[in-house]
Amino acid sequence: MSATAKATSNLNSYRTGPDETGHFGMFGGRFVAETLMPLILELDAAYEAAKADPGFAAEMASYLKHYVGRPSPLYFAERMTEHVRARAASGMGAKIYFKRDELNHTGAHKVNNVLGQILLAMRMGKKRIIAETGAGQHGVATATLCARFGLQCVVYMGAVDVERQKPNVFRMKMLGAEVVPVQSGSKTLKDAMNEALRDWVTNVENTFYCIGTVAGPHPYPAMVRDFQCVIGRETREQMMEAEGRLPDSLIAAIGGGSNAIGLFHPFLDDKDVEIYGVEAAGHGLSSGLHAASLTGGRPGVLHGNRTYLLMDDDGQIKDAHSISAGLDYPGIGPEHAWLHDTGRVTYISATDDEALAAFQLCSKLEGIIPALEPSHALAKVLELAGQKPRDHLMVMNLCGRGDKDIFTVAEHLGGM
Amino acid sequence: MTTRIEARFARCRAEGRAALVTFVTAGDPDYDSSLAIIRALPAAGADIIEFGVPFTDPMADGVPVQLAGQRALKAGQTLRKTLAMVRAFREGDADTPVILMGYYNPIYVYGVEAFLKDATEAGVDGLIVVDLPPEEDEELCLPALRAGLNFIRLATPTTDDRRLPKVLQNTSGFVYYVSVTGVTGAAIADYGRVSDAVARIKRHTELPVVVGFGVKTGEHAASIAKGADGVVVGSALVEAVRTSLDGDGRATQSTVSAVTTLVGELAAGIRSVAKAHAA
Repeated sequence: MSATAKATSNLNSYRTGPDETGHFGMFGGRFVAETLMPLILELDAAYEAAKADPGFAAEMASYLKHYVGRPSPLYFAERMTEHVRARAASGMGAKIYFKRDELNHTGAHKVNNVLGQILLAMRMGKKRIIAETGAGQHGVATATLCARFGLQCVVYMGAVDVERQKPNVFRMKMLGAEVVPVQSGSKTLKDAMNEALRDWVTNVENTFYCIGTVAGPHPYPAMVRDFQCVIGRETREQMMEAEGRLPDSLIAAIGGGSNAIGLFHPFLDDKDVEIYGVEAAGHGLSSGLHAASLTGGRPGVLHGNRTYLLMDDDGQIKDAHSISAGLDYPGIGPEHAWLHDTGRVTYISATDDEALAAFQLCSKLEGIIPALEPSHALAKVLELAGQKPRDHLMVMNLCGRGDKDIFTVAEHLGGM
Repeated sequence: MTTRIEARFARCRAEGRAALVTFVTAGDPDYDSSLAIIRALPAAGADIIEFGVPFTDPMADGVPVQLAGQRALKAGQTLRKTLAMVRAFREGDADTPVILMGYYNPIYVYGVEAFLKDATEAGVDGLIVVDLPPEEDEELCLPALRAGLNFIRLATPTTDDRRLPKVLQNTSGFVYYVSVTGVTGAAIADYGRVSDAVARIKRHTELPVVVGFGVKTGEHAASIAKGADGVVVGSALVEAVRTSLDGDGRATQSTVSAVTTLVGELAAGIRSVAKAHAA
């Protein structure tokens, strides 16, 4: 591992991956059953063709503007900044900005990626869309765009998640999607992904698998990243407009890591920009009950790619634990694994309790109820911003709104 | 050197019949019962043993094999124990080929080099690793071939003539034709199409072609045996294990015989189809 890290840290650019076989250093790849392999190759070719077609980009841009509601604002979180400065040493306390991706149609960043994949699916002539979902945000975004374009939609969701994310289950059904509760394994996101792969292997001819994060076999990690990079591109422009310079640091929550890579990627070669990814530490890293695969896992192969995974000594995948269903996954996108090993991005973690506290603080101070996923990032913003000088510009990706989480939070706080 | 797998197919050809390849999950429902099952398989009519390596996330398997893996993991099965089982089996059987079938992660975590050494020493003959397509041959396939193990690849209905040579390139031992697009245990819709597919693959390779996915009875086995060099049965056997267990999921007196009885029927089905001796 250290050899990889040394070899890659001298790169001129962190933005050229993956290679043609889908590898980011040793991570990524195409670890799928033969039945799916021809489809993966077909998808790769279709995506390359779409990338080269200005018509595809124009179509994306138009729907992002008129249907999704982009660009999302870059908002100066004034009261959060004051809160941090009041508790920091003299002269300290970064200026905190939120990238407001929770204001997108469907309430999270997920829709950026789904739009891209659905437009691609239609170019490929696929009429049936399947998806996995954890918190339900990706499922809702997929159901929404399938409704918009008249496509059949089947969403696989762990039975445990169906229970804790009821509002999103109802939304998906209202949008005409079929929601299949997955009873196998730990009944959460990884099992939903297993079941979606089983569906895909069975219905290869007419089905497009719309993966919700920067994981899975190549080309998914690169393709989903490309669709999410609109977040970082807008942030660059908006920060130049607001402050006349680039931000000093970026911070985002990580489950699979799609909102984070979307914010980070356009800045990876700006060496002065510090970048932080925040994993879910659940009950604490030492408890063993967490979802921090970089901090608490090691390299393995699951769901089509090599990446850091939570597993035992026999290579059996362990259940992840997080209060946030969207972070409750025992792996992470392969590009994050590579950015971790090269040291370009610093990965830290926040516990359930820290996220809950940040959730409440943001609601009260900013009038924004954040999703539990970005609440993990926010918990670390509160910590890091206090250690930075006042002219330090910090951007957090507020990647989802918290309406879906209010029942979970109420339960943890003992009713409200 | 003739491998056990080559020798076994040669013998089946000489007997003018297809081979019966039986899949059971290692450690299902527990170590001792599982070892008793594989020890009983050859006498019951199995020609080749596929030993499933349990994994928490078997993406290409249907419910029966998923449940078998869960039973085995719950009983404490590990890859190390699976290799120990093969060693124990080899003490009493020097000829029946044993193939490990599963997913890459347990092998990757064991360490490819250490695994190949231990597997070879234990008497493993071949590997089927579901999530390693030819695009990832550097990972395990090529090192396994160098270590003297057969690497058996799956070909599927989606593997077209253009892709087939790539799939066959580093395949050895035999080719496993997955008769349906779907997970293990899914039903075969059309036996005629299976024969056509086998003929198509045979135009590209000299290797024996065996067919699996969805074979449950002696009658199914006979239908497949007409057009293929071998028939794989898996889900039906692990279902036989499951239905033999007591209310607490423990093995009973009938667990081994539930499997061997079904294997006997399947073997009889295969033997009912006389095949021309291969030239």
